[in-house]
Amino acid sequence: MGINDLYNQIIVENSRSPHHRHAVGGATISLEGVNPSCGDDITLQLRVKDGIVQEAGFTGEGCAISQASTSLMIDLIEGKTVEEANQLAGLFFGMIKGEVTGEDELDALGDAVALQGVSHMPSRVKCAVLAWHTLQDALGEQA
Amino acid sequence: MKNLLNEFPLLAVPENGKRLVYLDNGATTQRPFAVLNAVEEYYKKNNANPHRGVYDLAMRATDAHEGARAVVAGFLNAEPDEIIFTQNTSEGLNLVAYSYGLEFLKAGDEIALSVAEHHSNLVPWQRVAKATGAKLVYLYPGADGRLTKEEISAKIGPNTKVVAVAQVSNVLGLAVPIAEIVRRAHEMGAVVVLDCAQSTPHMQVDVKALDVDFAAFSGHKLYAPMGVGALYGKKELLEKMPPFLSGGDMIASVHEQSTTYAPVPRKFEAGTRNVGGEVGLAAAIQWLTALGWDEIEAHEQALMQHALAGFAKLPYITVYGDAAPQGRYGVISFNVEGVHPHDVATILDADGVAVRAGHHCAQPLMEYLGINACCRASFAVYNTIADVDQLLESVQKVRGCMGFGDQ
Ligand SMILES: Cc1ncc(COP(=O)(O)O)c(C=O)c1O
Repeated sequence: MGINDLYNQIIVENSRSPHHRHAVGGATISLEGVNPSCGDDITLQLRVKDGIVQEAGFTGEGCAISQASTSLMIDLIEGKTVEEANQLAGLFFGMIKGEVTGEDELDALGDAVALQGVSHMPSRVKCAVLAWHTLQDALGEQA
Repeated sequence: MKNLLNEFPLLAVPENGKRLVYLDNGATTQRPFAVLNAVEEYYKKNNANPHRGVYDLAMRATDAHEGARAVVAGFLNAEPDEIIFTQNTSEGLNLVAYSYGLEFLKAGDEIALSVAEHHSNLVPWQRVAKATGAKLVYLYPGADGRLTKEEISAKIGPNTKVVAVAQVSNVLGLAVPIAEIVRRAHEMGAVVVLDCAQSTPHMQVDVKALDVDFAAFSGHKLYAPMGVGALYGKKELLEKMPPFLSGGDMIASVHEQSTTYAPVPRKFEAGTRNVGGEVGLAAAIQWLTALGWDEIEAHEQALMQHALAGFAKLPYITVYGDAAPQGRYGVISFNVEGVHPHDVATILDADGVAVRAGHHCAQPLMEYLGINACCRASFAVYNTIADVDQLLESVQKVRGCMGFGDQ
């Protein structure tokens, strides 16, 4: 895999995209996720009502992989039920671990499939999964 | 400098299909055959538990252990009984913090340290401060990353009991004005604890000439195996300090209710030691010093100047600390505008260039510099101008790779 496959257009654009970088009005939960070894640090905010993730946003800093992953995750989970969001997180972990590779199976991840290249880069896995672990922890606390 | 690459087996193996350009020597160096063979020889021919047997083999192991101590002593211009073998710099600094700091500091005393300290020379002192009521006082470098005389006089005062500083910062690469610090500290009655992790690989360190009270370094940053290092302490200080770890080998005699300790340095060396590592450390010191300090410094200075001159031509690169090469040893930390250091390191790695990215165990310094992280290229004697050229070539691909249209 070449370096441009890892840093493909979707990742590069989403890593700098501002569209989910904001606080969420009426947030029901706010949770910080940190990778102490490399300094990725995001705060994820969710407004969950009637079992639906109505809105999500984040603030924080980190590498392109962690930032793109957070932004792509939010694209995906807004409007989903808590259960669906958790399932997507499970699917994402499966892709990053290299356990789920089928195109059809991964279809539900939408543009987040652009992060599949990370499955070949053990040193960057924690960057890709930070937002998703934070999401699962946040949804767990919400429940 | 003659080409040393063929003495390092690991450097001959490609990385990502390319020649490995290893520029993370500040984290750990590679080991030459001279060191690998010395360790193997020890285990093949001389291995036994030193000090614990009367048979000939145990004597040979004891000789290897004490012979290595003599080599380390010579390296620092100390006496052998002022050298304590440790695992690494961190253990040496912890030993001083607990056996000296906890014993002799009290509420109202001050511990002075630079904000650039590695966590190894900071966290133990925080714990000492918490336990004794002593206060941590930080010295801040100027905009050029260098400590001024004024800052030294302002922060080291009559209440200062310990001054703990790195001779060379592992982020800024700059040497602190150690003569100035020692003079002021001793005037005020404080002891100086010198973290030599990043200085011993690059310059001759003479603890007598510097007149520091303690000095710690790691073998693994000095071409020796991991898991071995040394602490120097002035004998009169070591003698009045209580042991750090206790148990086997560090005693004179043990009774049901009391123990008398072995003389220094064995008082501080509890349990079976890493003799294979010590032999490797001695071999590394002999291998390195045989190259000659003048030659080592001239070569590493040339690498540094070439890298700094190359970076200066790239407007999107920020180098931390005075970009003049004088007084800079082995380390250049930098950032590429708009790109996170981890992404920079990943992109360089694709070209076989290994640099470190992160906070470099110096979070208070990162905070002081107003950054979360940075990249660090750090050099060793085996690096070449071609390595620096590869770094400079690869770093110019970074912004393009991340979608910035300026190249
Ligand atoms: C300045 C400095 N001090 C202390 C250390 C700690 O060394 P070690 O990890 O070998 O204990 C390091 C390196 O990691 C360092 O660069």
